[in-house]
Amino acid sequence: MIGTLTGFIDELREVGIPVSMVETIDAMQAVETIELGDRTGLKETLRATLIKNLRHERAFDTAFDIYFANVLGPGRDLDVPGDGNHPTGPPGHDDRVDDFDLDALLESLLKAMEDLDSEALRSAARSAVDKLAGMEPGRPVGGTYYLYRTLRRLDLAALEIRLTEALAADRELTDFERRLLREDIAARLDELREEIQEEIRRRLVADRGRDAVARTLRKPMVEDVDLMHATTLELAEMEAAIGPLTRKLAARLARRRKRRTGRLDFRKTVRRSLATGGVPADPQFRHPRPHRPEVWLVCDISGSMATFSRFTLQFTHAMSAQFSRLRSFAFVDTLDEVTDYFGPGVDFGSALQRVTTEAEVVWMDGHSDYGNSFENFLARYGSQITSRTTIIITGDARNNYRPTRDGALGDIAKRARALIWLNPEPGSYWDTGDSTMSQYGRHCDSVHEVRTLAQLEGFVEELSLPGHRAIV
Amino acid sequence: MEFESPQAAADALRSKDYLPDDRIAQVVFLAARLGKPILVEGPAGVGKTELAKALAAATGQPLVRLQCYEGLDEAKALYEWNYKKQLLRIQADADHDWESIEQDIFSEEFLLERPLLHAIRSAEPVVLLIDEVDRVEVETEALLLEILSDFQVSIPELGTIGASSMPTVLLTSNNTRELSEALKRRCLFLHIDYPEPAREKQILEARVPGLSEHLADQISRVARSIRNLDLKKSPSVSETIDWARTLLALSIEDIDEAALGETLHVLLKYQVDIEKAAKEMGT
Repeated sequence: MIGTLTGFIDELREVGIPVSMVETIDAMQAVETIELGDRTGLKETLRATLIKNLRHERAFDTAFDIYFANVLGPGRDLDVPGDGNHPTGPPGHDDRVDDFDLDALLESLLKAMEDLDSEALRSAARSAVDKLAGMEPGRPVGGTYYLYRTLRRLDLAALEIRLTEALAADRELTDFERRLLREDIAARLDELREEIQEEIRRRLVADRGRDAVARTLRKPMVEDVDLMHATTLELAEMEAAIGPLTRKLAARLARRRKRRTGRLDFRKTVRRSLATGGVPADPQFRHPRPHRPEVWLVCDISGSMATFSRFTLQFTHAMSAQFSRLRSFAFVDTLDEVTDYFGPGVDFGSALQRVTTEAEVVWMDGHSDYGNSFENFLARYGSQITSRTTIIITGDARNNYRPTRDGALGDIAKRARALIWLNPEPGSYWDTGDSTMSQYGRHCDSVHEVRTLAQLEGFVEELSLPGHRAIV
Repeated sequence: MEFESPQAAADALRSKDYLPDDRIAQVVFLAARLGKPILVEGPAGVGKTELAKALAAATGQPLVRLQCYEGLDEAKALYEWNYKKQLLRIQADADHDWESIEQDIFSEEFLLERPLLHAIRSAEPVVLLIDEVDRVEVETEALLLEILSDFQVSIPELGTIGASSMPTVLLTSNNTRELSEALKRRCLFLHIDYPEPAREKQILEARVPGLSEHLADQISRVARSIRNLDLKKSPSVSETIDWARTLLALSIEDIDEAALGETLHVLLKYQVDIEKAAKEMGT
């Protein structure tokens, strides 16, 4: 058991989940409280002791399926005697029946889903994989192919229709009822998909061993996904993580030099001292005035930055809930203010649509022109930059070989409290090709490589702003 | 506090009308067994605070609650010296020598107990609820660490005060900010999400007497459907309970488009959300 457990923890670390020594020991102790054979108990116990962040749960689930598949997998405890019509066999054992009855299988699947009987569903899923996946021992695949193959043979669309008929029971449904029913069925089909996937993994592990399967299934954690190439699904997952991050950033930007209380409040102190016979034992202080930072976000939303700019705009959207004085600007080859599109209560989808269709960010040809955008920015908004304005620019600094005209950026930097540049490209690509990062970078207070959510988190963590500058 | 098995923990909670799922029961059991704090995280209104209350009720232990907020400090969370009383003591005893007075004024008589110290010094074990821990600043979080790992408080003038009984500690967080690693490491982590329709139905039946099974079933399914939408604030369990009570009061037996449209404001609190849900659900 200890061997499996350490292997499991190694795998978690390999995927990027931080598991500390203390947590390992906790897990070991905790596991002793579990009764043998209680797989759910084991899973929840390990989860509670090892996983401390919701974002890591999915990776945990995958790793758990792999590492604890054989030991206590459903294959052993579920072969209920008398369950004769579900052919079972040890994983990898080829007892294919040629005159296999697909209809009977579908029938039992339907019945299981109709009665919400997870045990029956699991055993039906087992025989589906057994008969339909056509798993070949030794092939180094992750199982997605087998999943696809099984599901195609099962024909989920037809299954959905049959299930709808069965559950609707000949009644005429209103649109509203139909919607509820559809979601009901979707949830049940999801369960089926999960069961099949788990079964496939179980067999893969039996065939090729845990470590090999774990390696094929290893996926980068959400926080390590490259923002330039994130999929829509990954972006959606990131969205959930952005909220806490912006709040942290808000707190960092608002922080002043360490001073917990304000000036001494003399009147109040004297009044309070009456209670202690005139001795001012309890000095009273004024409340410090909270610092209200002004944050301006300037985002490159050109084509090459499509995925990243979607992310930065998402970030902007989340930030606008934190700062009352947040202004945002977008540019491609010229620049426009987009603050109003992200007003309170506006949903992100419609804001994004308005930015891309209504904002005047293209002037010439729709290729990034940082120089022109910055000059534009300075001319139109420069006079409004104050010593309290923090400007954050996001972009790859790829200027399409146009003149950098970085003097404008210098002027912007002089007026602002701080100028920060976030670049989504790896540091080693900077200044290669048409990237002009260092020319712009020398005007900035700091330039950060922000390729992943983890790096953005690191940036927020370390952020410290210079004190007020003299206004030039 | 000790439970025989996760099942026993679940039964105890259930007897107080709190319906735990497997995960909750397992973690509660484990926390009692290992003597570790539980960090409960999840969206607002899924019953995080309720879990602590139910646990206190189920074990018959008093609940000590520390509500966190921005600006919470030692004086309000741990202990404070009652300096007015100390001052009076000094004045009343002006002719005594300083040594003896000093000994005297830093004794327990002049110590004001705040929730954390109270929980530790209490003669009988208590359930300590540290609510919305994500609201305090990162710096203040450190204040909790000593309590969470060693169940003790160090007071410079008095020395270290250990726990006279092991409190059961629950921390809740709405995840508005990332908590520090140090804090997380000391806790068992429990994420509570919106319940599955089947469980929500049971919760409704337990919490709203007189609710028909059909209606409870419908409510839980509608709630899931609305939660699937991309809203500013999804309806919480407490809001679905309110909704069930509303429907009951209006004697609505069966939810249709019209009934949903009229009562949607009980479930959703933002106008944009109400409009969006109304459009999606075809009311």
